[in-house]
Amino acid sequence: MRVALFVTCVNDTLYPDTGRAVVTLLRRLGVEVDFPAAQTCCGQPQFNTGYRRQAEPLMRRYARAFAGYDHIVTPSGSCAAMVRDNYPRMGRRARAEGRGGHLAELAEEVVPRTWELTEFLVDVLGVTDVGAYFPYPVTYHPTCHGLRLLRLGDRPQRLLSQVRGLELVPLTGAEECCGFGGTFAVKNPAVSSAMGDDKAGHIRRTGAPVVCAVDNSCLMHIGGILGRQGAGTRPVHLAEILAATEEQPYGGPR
Amino acid sequence: MSGRTHLGMPSFPDASRTSTRNTTLRANLGHATRTIRGKRDRAVAELADWDRLRAAGAAVKDRTLRHLDHYLEQLEERVTAAGGRVHWAPDAAAARRIVTDLVRATGEREVLKVKSMATQEIGLNTALRQAGIAAYETDLAELIVQLGDDLPSHILVPAIHRNRAEIREIFTTRMGDWGRPAPEGLGDDPAELAEAARRHLREKFLRARVAVSGANFMVAETGTLVVVESEGNGRMCLTLPETLISVVGIEKVVPTWQDLEIYLQLLPRSSTAERMNPYTSTWTGTTDGDGPREFHLVLLDNGRTDTLADTVGRQVLRCIRCSACLNVCPVYERAGGHAYGSPYPGPIGAVLTPQLRGTGTALDASLPFASSLCGACYDVCPVAIDIPEVLVHLRERVVEGGPATVRGTRTTIRPAAGHAAERAAMRAATWLLDHPGALRSGQRLAARTRRLHPRRLPGPGAAWTATRDLPRVPAESFRDWWRRNRPEEGTDR
Repeated sequence: MRVALFVTCVNDTLYPDTGRAVVTLLRRLGVEVDFPAAQTCCGQPQFNTGYRRQAEPLMRRYARAFAGYDHIVTPSGSCAAMVRDNYPRMGRRARAEGRGGHLAELAEEVVPRTWELTEFLVDVLGVTDVGAYFPYPVTYHPTCHGLRLLRLGDRPQRLLSQVRGLELVPLTGAEECCGFGGTFAVKNPAVSSAMGDDKAGHIRRTGAPVVCAVDNSCLMHIGGILGRQGAGTRPVHLAEILAATEEQPYGGPR
Repeated sequence: MSGRTHLGMPSFPDASRTSTRNTTLRANLGHATRTIRGKRDRAVAELADWDRLRAAGAAVKDRTLRHLDHYLEQLEERVTAAGGRVHWAPDAAAARRIVTDLVRATGEREVLKVKSMATQEIGLNTALRQAGIAAYETDLAELIVQLGDDLPSHILVPAIHRNRAEIREIFTTRMGDWGRPAPEGLGDDPAELAEAARRHLREKFLRARVAVSGANFMVAETGTLVVVESEGNGRMCLTLPETLISVVGIEKVVPTWQDLEIYLQLLPRSSTAERMNPYTSTWTGTTDGDGPREFHLVLLDNGRTDTLADTVGRQVLRCIRCSACLNVCPVYERAGGHAYGSPYPGPIGAVLTPQLRGTGTALDASLPFASSLCGACYDVCPVAIDIPEVLVHLRERVVEGGPATVRGTRTTIRPAAGHAAERAAMRAATWLLDHPGALRSGQRLAARTRRLHPRRLPGPGAAWTATRDLPRVPAESFRDWWRRNRPEEGTDR
C-alpha cells in the first residue's frame, strides 16, 4: 500500500508538528508514508474566494504530485473537502465552459483516493485504538467542513475516546462555526471575531486545558482569540494527540 | 409613517461592524434563533421520511422551473376562467404601477396588507404612500416594524430584532398615529401585547375594502392561490375586502395539488417548527356572494428569469421562504438582518439579492462574501438549495466577472470595483504555490526573520491581528524537516 501525506500549505508553513505527528502515528500503525515534495496547496483559498480559475493549476499540481499513490492522507477536514467536493465541481464547470474534460478526469482520479486522517484511520485501516496516551481533559470542536461536507460523524470522538488518560469534555454549541471561514476572517472581521469570541467562551467554560480539532486553520483562529484573551487553553490538532504515547508523550509545540 | 428603504445602504462588512456591537440586538437574536433552531430540529426529527420529502420538494420545484412558461400560462388561463385577472410585471416598477393603478381604480385610500415578501421586495408601501394610499400591515411582527418606522430583519419574524420591552414602547408611543391607540398602562406580557395589536387591527379589518397579499404557492392546475400563516390576520384580509390584489413571484407556481402536499409538510416544520400550519387559506378566482368580488394576480419577474438562466444560481428559485437558513446561520445571528440591506436577509438573501438586483453596488457585491461557508444552511434547507455552492459561484462573478443574464440578455459582467489588489495577490499566491522551490524560499525567509515579526500586521492583515494573536512561524517548515530526515525522497518539480 503506497500512502502519501498531503500535509497542506498551512501545516507545512505554520504547523509542521502536525505533519510530523501524522508520519509518527501512521508509522506506528505499520504504514509507511511518503511526502511527495511537488505538493503545495489544494487551491481552497482561491476557489472559495471566487478565483476558481486560479485554483485550477493547483488542482493539476495536486493530481500530478500524488499520481501513483493508493491513498492520499491529509490532516485537514477542509482541504480534504476541497478535493472531494470542489474538484469534481471544477471539472464540471470547465466542461460546461467548453474547455474539455481533462479537469473532470483528474477529479475522478484523485477523489476516491483522498482521505481526511480520521477517515483513513477508521475506514481504511479499521482502527479506533491507535495506542495513544494523552493524560489531559480535552474538548473537541468539530470543524464545519469535516462535519458537514465530509460527514466525519463521530470518527474523531471515537478515536479520542480510546486515548489513554484522555478525558473528553463536551462542548456547548459544538457544531456552530468558529468564524474562521478562510478569507471570511479578514473580509468580515467583525462577524468573524464575534463568532470566534462566542466559540472561545464555550471552550473556556469547559475548563479543559486543550481544545482539539482536525483543522489547524480553525484552531489558528480560535487559538488566536484565546491567546489574545490571555486564556490558558491550548489548541492541539487531533493528529498530535493520537501520535503521543507513554514512551513519547506530547511535548507541546517545538 | 415608514419611509425607510434599502437604498444606499453600506456594505455588509461595514453594516455588521456596527450591528455586532449592538448588545441588545445580539441578545434578542441569539435567544430567538437558538429557541427556534431547537424546535425545528425536533419537528423535523419526527418524520422518518424527511430526506425523501426534501428530495421530492427539490425535484418538483426543479421540474416546474424547467417548464415555467407552460405552468405560468396554465395558471393564467385557470385564474382568468375562475373570474380573476392576471397582470404580468417584468420588474418592480411595473408591479408598483399595476398595483397602485388597481387600488386607485377602486377609489379607496387605504389597503390592508397580508405579510408578503414580494411587496417588500418591490417597495410597494412607499409607492402607495406617494400615491396618497395608506397601506396597513396586519401581521403582528410586520405591524411592529411599520409602527416603529423600521425595516424587517427576518423573513418569517420581521421584528425578530425587537424584544418585549421595545415592542411595548413602540405600541405605546406609535399606535395612536395609525389608528386605535394602545390601552393605558400597557405591560410587556406577550399576551397583553397581542391583545393590544388585535384591538388595533380589528377596526381596520372591518373597515377596509381593498387588500394586498402575496402567496406562498400558486397551483397551476386549478388557478388556486395559497397563503399559509399563523395569526389569522391573513384569513381576515383574504375574505373580508371587496377587492384582493396578490403580488407573487413567478417561481411560486406548483403544477398540482398533489405537489402542494409536499410543501405543506416541509414548510411549517422548517419555519415555525409546527407539524401543520395553523391557517392555510386557498382561493380560486372569485365567488359570487363569498369573499372578494374582484381578484387581481400580479405575476412578478424582477430578475427571476435572469436567475433561471444561470445553471448554478437557479436553484435559489426553489426557495419557499421558510427562514430555516436564517435561524441556523451564525453570521446572521451576530450581524442581524438589516446588515443584508434587503428584504431577504441571511444566507438565502446573500444568494438571492445579488441575483435579483445584480452585483453593481458595494452592498450587493459584498453579500456573497457574508458567509463563512459553514454549510449549516444547506443542511436545514427543506428544498436542498446548496447555498454555499451558489455563494462561491457569485463570489466568482464579483471578483472575476463573467457571463450573466441581465434583463433577458446574455452579457459579460465586469468584475466589481475594488478587487484589483486582491486579484493581483491571488494570482501571485497561485504562482508561488505552483512553484514549490519559491515557496520553500519564502518559508525559509519567514523562519529566519521570525523574531522580527510584529504582533500587529499592517494592511489587510490588520483585520486579523485586531482581535487575534498571530501564529508563531516555526523554525523549520515540514518540507525542510522531511528533506533533512529523508534526503533520498522526492525533489521539487
